[in-house]
Amino acid sequence: MHVPDGFINAPTSAATGVIAAGAVAVSLRGARRELDERTAPLAGLVAAFIFAVQMLNFPVAAGTSGHLLGGALAAILVGPYTGVLCVSVVLLMQGILFADGGLTALGVNITNMAIVTTVVAYALFRGLVKVLPRTRRSVTAAAFVAALVSVPAAALAFTLMYAIGGTTDVSLGKVATAMVGVHVLIGIGEAVITALTVGAVIAVRPDLVYGARGLTQRLKLRVNGELVDAPDARPEPAPVAARTSHRKVWAAGLVTSLVLAGFVSFYASANPDGLEKVATDHGIDKKAEEHSTADSPLADYGVKDVDDARLSGGLAGVIGVGVTVVAGTGVFWVVRRRRTGDASPSDTTSMTSV
Amino acid sequence: MGAGHAHKLYRHGHSPVHGLPPHTKLAAVFAFVVVVVSTPREAMWAFGLYAVLLGAVAYVARVPAAFLLRRLLIEVPFVAFAVLMPFVAEGERVDVLGLSLSVNGLWGAWNVLAKGTLGVAASVLLAATTELRELLLGLQRLKLPPLLVQIASFMIRYGDVITDEMRRMRIARESRGFEAKGVKHWGVLAKSAGALFIRSYERGERVHLAMVSRGYAGSMPVIDEVTASPAQWSYALTLPCAALLVCLLGWSL
Repeated sequence: MHVPDGFINAPTSAATGVIAAGAVAVSLRGARRELDERTAPLAGLVAAFIFAVQMLNFPVAAGTSGHLLGGALAAILVGPYTGVLCVSVVLLMQGILFADGGLTALGVNITNMAIVTTVVAYALFRGLVKVLPRTRRSVTAAAFVAALVSVPAAALAFTLMYAIGGTTDVSLGKVATAMVGVHVLIGIGEAVITALTVGAVIAVRPDLVYGARGLTQRLKLRVNGELVDAPDARPEPAPVAARTSHRKVWAAGLVTSLVLAGFVSFYASANPDGLEKVATDHGIDKKAEEHSTADSPLADYGVKDVDDARLSGGLAGVIGVGVTVVAGTGVFWVVRRRRTGDASPSDTTSMTSV
Repeated sequence: MGAGHAHKLYRHGHSPVHGLPPHTKLAAVFAFVVVVVSTPREAMWAFGLYAVLLGAVAYVARVPAAFLLRRLLIEVPFVAFAVLMPFVAEGERVDVLGLSLSVNGLWGAWNVLAKGTLGVAASVLLAATTELRELLLGLQRLKLPPLLVQIASFMIRYGDVITDEMRRMRIARESRGFEAKGVKHWGVLAKSAGALFIRSYERGERVHLAMVSRGYAGSMPVIDEVTASPAQWSYALTLPCAALLVCLLGWSL
């Protein structure tokens, strides 16, 4: 899915470049909070891991094989900010060194493959982990779903960019169906392998899996035939951990809902448009019209005219994503800041003990 | 990243292009690609001139044509896509050799092929004439955030190490009679990927501790500061300026 030069026109490439630069800047600050001064070596090594794992081929059937894209895996294993950074660095190096993906299309590639996959995967993952019972099995299940959705989401984001600034004249419906169709298949492979890999890491070093933090069971003692909670060996870190995890969960839930809202609105507005296109091609536009009006209020903006619908849908998507990013980073910033103010000593001890 | 660690895309040499400071080369290649992308696709001769310009650079850099062409093979997936385009695109159609092709699709295929190939060729020339370490220094000089440059340098530095670990795991699997044939073997491969992640992460922690014990406090010391004289800048920017001239001609004609 590395987009070459000349596939997306210059203004759109520049715009996605700005988006990518902003997101990378945000994740640089976020990754410093996730890893503090260990950021450079750890993120570098994880990027090398992503780079290597993309070369690991998974045989599908006779002769054909696929490979991992790694966005969802990185987000779940090392956290969303570090994940965005690692995949972006991998893409940057692939573009400059291996000429894989155009230099002017770097913004498009980073936005699609680093930002959309990682953010969608992590938001879904957090939401599912929160809803599902707190077991390791549910972490792998959530990893499966997150990876499964993240790949077609990137394909949809690509279709959106193509709708805004594509240089070729293939109809939007065809691009959308081809991209999403192929990437649903790729997503299934990605999902299976991501879930298996996360499961394998959890089985050995559950403390390394960023997405599985807070899943550790409390130590129980059997006293007179019934289980009771063991008294805490270290009483002071527990309340801090509980409070921060509460806040973290609250923030994650908020961000999840915002991201989902942005993503769903984009999906709901982009997909009927593609459907409409396909429908007019095949002469069954009656059904599509009903579909688009019934599906979401966003589609009401411009059902009369396809171009209008596309414009308003794109605008709604962009505004939604923009609001999401601003709100999400604002919330994270405030929460993290307060937390570091509250609990820096215990944080540093836990950091050094890892 | 000593002398023996030059990446396989790099061709050692002492040409004027090799000697240019890396950030001037990076800026020149980027500007060149931007100019190429913003050229109108109808000006076919302009793309020919761009190819001639790149050929001149390759000649000055003494990069053989066979090397360049072999590296261009990375583009093959897009070529397949571009070949498909005249069949699926919309608009008026034209008959070529008994096939009904879309005119717009033909233009689109030409557009992607020409611009994509020129972009890949420019990147290949950059990678062939610039060492990795220099490339990273150049990125730093171009004001990429230092943390990003550090991450990239760690990735490059340990990329071979991690790939080698993966290779050793593959040899270990194969020496035990394992052969990945289909979906049912994904579990084993995924366990390898998991083990690879744990090894990479733990190596990262060890590297960090080693750095801290040598006085690392969040930023890398810059020992070999690269600077470029105005003459070097103008030499490097000859390529994009010539390309810009061609592009302006393409728009006006």
